[in-house]
Amino acid sequence: MNDFKSPRDFIADHVRDIPRSGIRDFFDIVSTRKDVISLGIGEPDFDTPWHVRESTVFALERGATHYTSNMGLLELRRALSKYVRKTFNVSYDAEKEILITVGVSEALDIALRALLNPGDEVLYHEPCYVSYRADVIFAHGIPLTVNTRMEDGFRLTRAMLEEKITPRTKLLLLNFPNNPTGAILPEADVREIAEFAKKHNLIVITDEIYAEMTYDGRHVSIASMPGMKERTIFLHGFSKAWAMTGFRLGYACAPAEFTEAMMKVHQYTMLCAPTPSQKAAVEALTNPERDIRLMTAEYEKRRNLLVSAFEGMGIPCSRPAGAFYAFPCIRQFGIGSKDFALRLLDEENVAVVPGSAFGECGEGFVRCAYATSMDNLKEALARISRFVGKLKAKSK
Amino acid sequence: MDELLKILNRNALETPENIAKMLNVPVSEVKNRIAEYERSGIIRGYQAILNEDQLELDRVTAVIEVKVTPEREGGFNRVSMRISRFPEVQSVYLMSGAYDLLLFVSGKDLKEVALFVSEKLATLDGVLSTSTHFMLKTYKQHGVLMEKETEDERLQVSP
Repeated sequence: MNDFKSPRDFIADHVRDIPRSGIRDFFDIVSTRKDVISLGIGEPDFDTPWHVRESTVFALERGATHYTSNMGLLELRRALSKYVRKTFNVSYDAEKEILITVGVSEALDIALRALLNPGDEVLYHEPCYVSYRADVIFAHGIPLTVNTRMEDGFRLTRAMLEEKITPRTKLLLLNFPNNPTGAILPEADVREIAEFAKKHNLIVITDEIYAEMTYDGRHVSIASMPGMKERTIFLHGFSKAWAMTGFRLGYACAPAEFTEAMMKVHQYTMLCAPTPSQKAAVEALTNPERDIRLMTAEYEKRRNLLVSAFEGMGIPCSRPAGAFYAFPCIRQFGIGSKDFALRLLDEENVAVVPGSAFGECGEGFVRCAYATSMDNLKEALARISRFVGKLKAKSK
Repeated sequence: MDELLKILNRNALETPENIAKMLNVPVSEVKNRIAEYERSGIIRGYQAILNEDQLELDRVTAVIEVKVTPEREGGFNRVSMRISRFPEVQSVYLMSGAYDLLLFVSGKDLKEVALFVSEKLATLDGVLSTSTHFMLKTYKQHGVLMEKETEDERLQVSP
């Protein structure tokens, strides 16, 4: 007789103890329903530009179905080196400082695994993308949360970071423009945070996947600040700006030693990013401005419509300057964000994501993605308006 | 192009209130600008984009290539305007290349269009030759696909 009781007993503690993503729970409920207008989708509604899809088909026809080098196609890394220099104002050597990954998700995972010793602390800001905290824990790190607030437009400041840092802090993880708040990091703050990182000898991992979708002001990468390239791991990818989520293609740019360390983890877990996707990315970089401009011009109009609609409903909402999310505050209705989302789904067939999925301080908010057609957006807003009208009438 | 025109070009039914929100400007400004575009003739009208194949109308459309002799002083303009005034003619373009004018002409049936070509068009002064092609099916017009592609295949909620 052995002592086998339950498979659960065999699951590693640090994996078992992480709760399922709040988004998954909500997804399971939404997917049972029909005719839902969803503002819950964290990916572009646009299809991948046709020239990219067409050239992927062509690549498959020509037999681009084998492994590439672990680092990724050199042709793609060269094109990326140029694109990153032009867009983010920082130069990376295509041969040694750029690693092609399976989305930014993989890039973040291997960056953390390559840099963290058990017990090292990672400073990051919430509300944030659902995977950050879990990824840090999977890499045996300790997450240190800084809460950003709607009252400050979800800005992250040096003072907030200074308050939380300890001698064990090794990494600072940034994501601007931010999912779910749409906040950006203005240049003055970028400078201050760069000084903070240098003062405390931190390495910065910066997920700038939404950089091209900046509507107010200019996107500035922390990697481009003086003295920051050598201590920054810059993450970016094709999912958002090119609407290529399903291609699963991202990349990490970092000094050669970091890239080499990440490459070790990547090599033994992923081998290489999918070859047809890498070919597609090469095509995507041939005329990026045009593809991106078409989509961002449209997002900006939707953003304006959405923000002014919430204003009209009397719902406080910090004006998102980037990405394609708005994060309105629903505290006035006296119900939790999960309740709000469930009832909105139930009564008006509109899906939004409870803010609590993005960290504790996201409670009291819901995330509305405006990556949906203008017609859907208008209909969803009309329904939300009707719904909050009912809530208000009841609370009187 | 002005963002306002882009919005109207995509959906002419968009209300000034919504356009104002999208562009983050006052409604009165949107109304004034539209009025100005209409007055100056930049906006020449508003039409629906129809999938005529689906309507199963008894109608045919021909694309006609026309060679003409340009006139001294008038160039192509005078003969092009003469052709454009026929109600049968939907669109007229001056082209570079092997012919001069490209027309879109519709009629009830093949015979009606053929009669228009032989009796009205070919007999005009300055028209040297015509070449008529009948349209069989419309896949896309004015940037709009005539058949819906696939439904939105995205997951309904994703991070």
